[in-house]
Amino acid sequence: MNVAELAKILDAKVLNPEADTAKEVKSGYVCDLLSWVMAKGAPGTAWITVMNHMNVIAVATLLDMACVILPENIDIGEETLSRATEEDIPVLCSGKTSYELAGLLFAQGIPNPVK
Amino acid sequence: MPLIAEVFEVKKDDFVSAGEVSAKIKRTLKKLGVDSAVLRRISVCSYEVELNLVIHSLGGTIDFSVDQDGVTLLVKDCGPGIPDLNLAMREGWSTAPESVRTMGFGAGMGLPNMKRNADEFDIQSTVGVGTEILMKFHLK
Repeated sequence: MNVAELAKILDAKVLNPEADTAKEVKSGYVCDLLSWVMAKGAPGTAWITVMNHMNVIAVATLLDMACVILPENIDIGEETLSRATEEDIPVLCSGKTSYELAGLLFAQGIPNPVK
Repeated sequence: MPLIAEVFEVKKDDFVSAGEVSAKIKRTLKKLGVDSAVLRRISVCSYEVELNLVIHSLGGTIDFSVDQDGVTLLVKDCGPGIPDLNLAMREGWSTAPESVRTMGFGAGMGLPNMKRNADEFDIQSTVGVGTEILMKFHLK
Protein backbone atom coordinates (compact mmCIF):
# COMPACT_ATOMS: atom_id res chain seq x y z
CA MET A 1 0.00 0.00 0.00
CA ASN A 2 1.28 3.49 -0.73
CA VAL A 3 0.83 6.73 1.22
CA ALA A 4 -1.99 8.04 -1.00
CA GLU A 5 -3.98 4.81 -0.55
CA LEU A 6 -3.36 4.91 3.19
CA ALA A 7 -4.58 8.52 3.38
CA LYS A 8 -7.93 7.43 1.86
CA ILE A 9 -8.32 4.58 4.33
CA LEU A 10 -7.54 6.86 7.27
CA ASP A 11 -9.80 9.61 5.94
CA ALA A 12 -6.74 11.85 6.19
CA LYS A 13 -5.72 14.89 4.22
CA VAL A 14 -2.24 15.07 2.72
CA LEU A 15 -1.07 18.53 3.83
CA ASN A 16 1.76 18.63 1.29
CA PRO A 17 0.58 16.79 -1.83
CA GLU A 18 3.81 17.91 -3.56
CA ALA A 19 5.64 15.24 -1.54
CA ASP A 20 5.84 11.73 -2.93
CA THR A 21 2.63 9.92 -1.90
CA ALA A 22 3.49 6.92 -4.08
CA LYS A 23 5.95 5.78 -1.40
CA GLU A 24 5.25 2.32 -0.08
CA VAL A 25 4.08 2.01 3.53
CA LYS A 26 5.94 -0.94 4.99
CA SER A 27 5.14 -0.53 8.69
CA GLY A 28 3.33 1.61 11.25
CA TYR A 29 4.38 3.09 14.57
CA VAL A 30 2.88 5.37 17.22
CA CYS A 31 5.13 7.28 19.60
CA ASP A 32 5.83 10.85 20.67
CA LEU A 33 9.33 10.39 22.08
CA LEU A 34 11.73 11.25 19.29
CA SER A 35 14.71 9.18 20.43
CA TRP A 36 12.42 6.23 21.00
CA VAL A 37 11.26 6.53 17.41
CA MET A 38 14.89 6.87 16.27
CA ALA A 39 15.53 3.51 17.94
CA LYS A 40 12.40 1.74 16.67
CA GLY A 41 11.41 3.34 13.36
CA ALA A 42 12.48 2.01 9.97
CA PRO A 43 12.47 2.88 6.28
CA GLY A 44 8.88 2.95 5.02
CA THR A 45 7.29 3.49 8.45
CA ALA A 46 4.06 5.49 8.68
CA TRP A 47 4.59 7.38 11.95
CA ILE A 48 1.65 8.62 14.01
CA THR A 49 2.58 11.41 16.44
CA VAL A 50 1.03 14.44 18.15
CA MET A 51 4.38 16.23 17.89
CA ASN A 52 4.28 18.84 15.14
CA HIS A 53 7.64 20.62 15.22
CA MET A 54 10.64 20.64 12.91
CA ASN A 55 12.43 17.75 14.58
CA VAL A 56 9.65 15.32 13.68
CA ILE A 57 10.56 15.94 10.04
CA ALA A 58 14.26 15.48 10.85
CA VAL A 59 13.61 12.06 12.41
CA ALA A 60 11.30 10.96 9.58
CA THR A 61 13.86 12.07 6.99
CA LEU A 62 16.87 10.46 8.64
CA LEU A 63 15.03 7.13 8.87
CA ASP A 64 13.59 7.32 5.31
CA MET A 65 10.04 7.00 6.63
CA ALA A 66 7.00 6.78 4.35
CA CYS A 67 5.02 9.57 6.04
CA VAL A 68 4.09 11.39 9.24
CA ILE A 69 0.47 11.23 10.42
CA LEU A 70 -0.95 13.88 12.76
CA PRO A 71 -4.07 12.78 14.67
CA GLU A 72 -7.01 14.81 15.99
CA ASN A 73 -6.62 17.55 13.37
CA ILE A 74 -3.37 18.76 14.92
CA ASP A 75 -2.02 21.63 12.90
CA ILE A 76 1.51 22.00 11.62
CA GLY A 77 3.40 25.25 11.06
CA GLU A 78 4.08 26.51 7.55
CA GLU A 79 7.84 26.34 8.05
CA THR A 80 7.73 22.76 9.28
CA LEU A 81 5.48 21.73 6.42
CA SER A 82 7.73 23.30 3.82
CA ARG A 83 10.71 21.46 5.34
CA ALA A 84 8.71 18.23 5.03
CA THR A 85 8.07 19.00 1.37
CA GLU A 86 11.76 19.79 0.78
CA GLU A 87 12.67 16.46 2.35
CA ASP A 88 9.90 14.67 0.45
CA ILE A 89 8.06 13.50 3.57
CA PRO A 90 4.25 13.49 3.11
CA VAL A 91 2.43 14.83 6.19
CA LEU A 92 -1.10 13.51 6.74
CA CYS A 93 -3.67 15.01 9.07
CA SER A 94 -6.77 13.24 10.33
CA GLY A 95 -9.61 13.95 12.74
CA LYS A 96 -9.22 10.48 14.22
CA THR A 97 -7.24 9.76 17.40
CA SER A 98 -3.86 7.99 17.39
CA TYR A 99 -5.66 4.95 18.78
CA GLU A 100 -8.15 4.85 15.92
CA LEU A 101 -5.46 5.47 13.30
CA ALA A 102 -3.26 2.70 14.66
CA GLY A 103 -6.28 0.38 14.66
CA LEU A 104 -6.93 1.10 11.00
CA LEU A 105 -3.29 0.51 10.05
CA PHE A 106 -3.29 -2.74 12.01
CA ALA A 107 -6.52 -3.88 10.35
CA GLN A 108 -4.85 -3.39 6.97
CA GLY A 109 -2.17 -5.85 8.00
CA ILE A 110 0.55 -3.19 8.25
CA PRO A 111 3.15 -4.61 10.64
CA ASN A 112 5.48 -3.13 13.26
CA PRO A 113 8.74 -1.68 11.91
CA VAL A 114 11.52 -4.19 11.37
CA LYS A 115 15.01 -2.77 11.82
CA MET B 1 44.35 11.74 3.95
CA PRO B 2 40.57 11.94 4.44
CA LEU B 3 38.32 12.21 1.39
CA ILE B 4 36.05 14.56 3.29
CA ALA B 5 36.70 16.51 6.48
CA GLU B 6 34.23 19.04 7.81
CA VAL B 7 33.64 20.61 11.19
CA PHE B 8 30.13 21.71 12.16
CA GLU B 9 29.34 23.95 15.08
CA VAL B 10 26.25 23.13 17.16
CA LYS B 11 24.82 25.74 19.51
CA LYS B 12 23.21 25.20 22.87
CA ASP B 13 19.36 25.42 22.88
CA ASP B 14 19.17 25.92 19.11
CA PHE B 15 16.12 23.72 18.51
CA VAL B 16 15.24 25.43 15.24
CA SER B 17 18.44 24.33 13.48
CA ALA B 18 18.66 21.02 15.34
CA GLY B 19 18.98 18.19 12.86
CA GLU B 20 20.48 20.32 10.06
CA VAL B 21 24.03 19.05 10.58
CA SER B 22 22.79 15.46 10.45
CA ALA B 23 20.85 16.21 7.27
CA LYS B 24 24.01 17.68 5.66
CA ILE B 25 26.07 14.65 6.67
CA LYS B 26 23.41 12.32 5.28
CA ARG B 27 23.26 14.20 1.97
CA THR B 28 27.06 14.12 1.60
CA LEU B 29 27.26 10.39 2.31
CA LYS B 30 24.35 9.64 0.02
CA LYS B 31 26.20 11.37 -2.83
CA LEU B 32 29.22 9.19 -2.06
CA GLY B 33 26.98 6.15 -2.55
CA VAL B 34 27.16 4.85 1.03
CA ASP B 35 24.90 1.82 1.57
CA SER B 36 21.48 2.93 2.84
CA ALA B 37 21.47 0.70 5.94
CA VAL B 38 24.88 2.05 7.03
CA LEU B 39 23.72 5.55 6.16
CA ARG B 40 20.72 5.19 8.46
CA ARG B 41 22.92 4.04 11.35
CA ILE B 42 25.19 7.05 10.83
CA SER B 43 22.12 9.33 10.64
CA VAL B 44 20.74 8.02 13.93
CA CYS B 45 24.09 8.64 15.64
CA SER B 46 24.69 12.07 14.15
CA TYR B 47 21.16 13.19 15.01
CA GLU B 48 21.30 11.90 18.58
CA VAL B 49 24.68 13.51 19.23
CA GLU B 50 23.58 16.76 17.59
CA LEU B 51 20.50 16.87 19.82
CA ASN B 52 22.60 16.05 22.87
CA LEU B 53 24.76 19.07 22.09
CA VAL B 54 21.66 21.27 21.75
CA ILE B 55 19.92 19.96 24.87
CA HIS B 56 22.72 19.17 27.32
CA SER B 57 25.94 20.94 26.35
CA LEU B 58 27.12 24.52 26.39
CA GLY B 59 27.74 24.12 22.65
CA GLY B 60 30.23 22.09 20.70
CA THR B 61 31.43 20.72 17.40
CA ILE B 62 30.90 17.67 15.21
CA ASP B 63 34.02 16.76 13.27
CA PHE B 64 32.89 14.64 10.32
CA SER B 65 35.40 12.81 8.17
CA VAL B 66 35.43 10.07 5.58
CA ASP B 67 38.43 8.03 4.49
CA GLN B 68 39.06 4.65 2.85
CA ASP B 69 38.21 2.78 6.08
CA GLY B 70 34.98 4.50 6.92
CA VAL B 71 33.16 7.41 8.47
CA THR B 72 34.21 9.09 11.71
CA LEU B 73 32.24 11.46 13.91
CA LEU B 74 34.33 13.13 16.60
CA VAL B 75 32.20 15.27 18.87
CA LYS B 76 33.51 17.71 21.45
CA ASP B 77 31.58 20.06 23.68
CA CYS B 78 32.49 22.93 25.98
CA GLY B 79 30.96 21.34 29.05
CA PRO B 80 29.45 20.94 31.53
CA GLY B 81 30.55 17.25 31.50
CA ILE B 82 28.71 14.13 32.64
CA PRO B 83 29.12 13.21 36.33
CA ASP B 84 28.19 9.51 35.98
CA LEU B 85 28.78 7.94 32.57
CA ASN B 86 27.34 4.56 33.58
CA LEU B 87 24.03 6.18 34.45
CA ALA B 88 24.09 8.31 31.30
CA MET B 89 24.55 5.21 29.15
CA ARG B 90 21.52 3.51 30.70
CA GLU B 91 18.37 3.38 28.56
CA GLY B 92 15.65 5.57 29.99
CA TRP B 93 17.98 7.71 32.11
CA SER B 94 17.73 11.38 31.24
CA THR B 95 18.54 14.72 32.82
CA ALA B 96 16.64 16.68 30.17
CA PRO B 97 14.51 19.50 31.61
CA GLU B 98 10.72 19.35 31.53
CA SER B 99 10.51 22.04 28.81
CA VAL B 100 12.52 19.82 26.46
CA ARG B 101 10.60 16.66 27.38
CA THR B 102 7.33 18.25 26.32
CA MET B 103 8.82 18.48 22.81
CA GLY B 104 9.39 14.72 22.79
CA PHE B 105 13.08 14.83 23.68
CA GLY B 106 14.69 13.39 26.77
CA ALA B 107 13.62 9.75 26.42
CA GLY B 108 17.02 8.69 27.72
CA MET B 109 17.73 6.82 24.52
CA GLY B 110 20.31 9.10 22.91
CA LEU B 111 23.61 7.63 24.11
CA PRO B 112 22.36 3.99 24.01
CA ASN B 113 21.11 4.61 20.45
CA MET B 114 24.56 5.89 19.46
CA LYS B 115 26.37 2.95 21.04
CA ARG B 116 24.03 0.46 19.35
CA ASN B 117 24.37 2.00 15.89
CA ALA B 118 28.09 2.83 15.74
CA ASP B 119 30.66 0.17 14.86
CA GLU B 120 33.04 1.77 17.36
CA PHE B 121 31.93 4.01 20.21
CA ASP B 122 33.94 5.79 22.87
CA ILE B 123 32.91 8.45 25.35
CA GLN B 124 35.07 10.43 27.75
CA SER B 125 33.77 13.12 30.05
CA THR B 126 35.19 15.40 32.71
CA VAL B 127 32.90 17.54 34.83
CA GLY B 128 33.77 21.19 34.41
CA VAL B 129 35.65 20.51 31.19
CA GLY B 130 33.44 18.69 28.68
CA THR B 131 32.53 15.51 26.87
CA GLU B 132 34.15 13.88 23.87
CA ILE B 133 32.46 11.16 21.83
CA LEU B 134 34.15 9.22 19.06
CA MET B 135 32.06 7.11 16.69
CA LYS B 136 33.31 5.11 13.72
CA PHE B 137 31.39 3.35 10.98
CA HIS B 138 32.97 0.81 8.69
CA LEU B 139 32.22 0.97 4.99
CA LYS B 140 32.08 -2.36 3.24
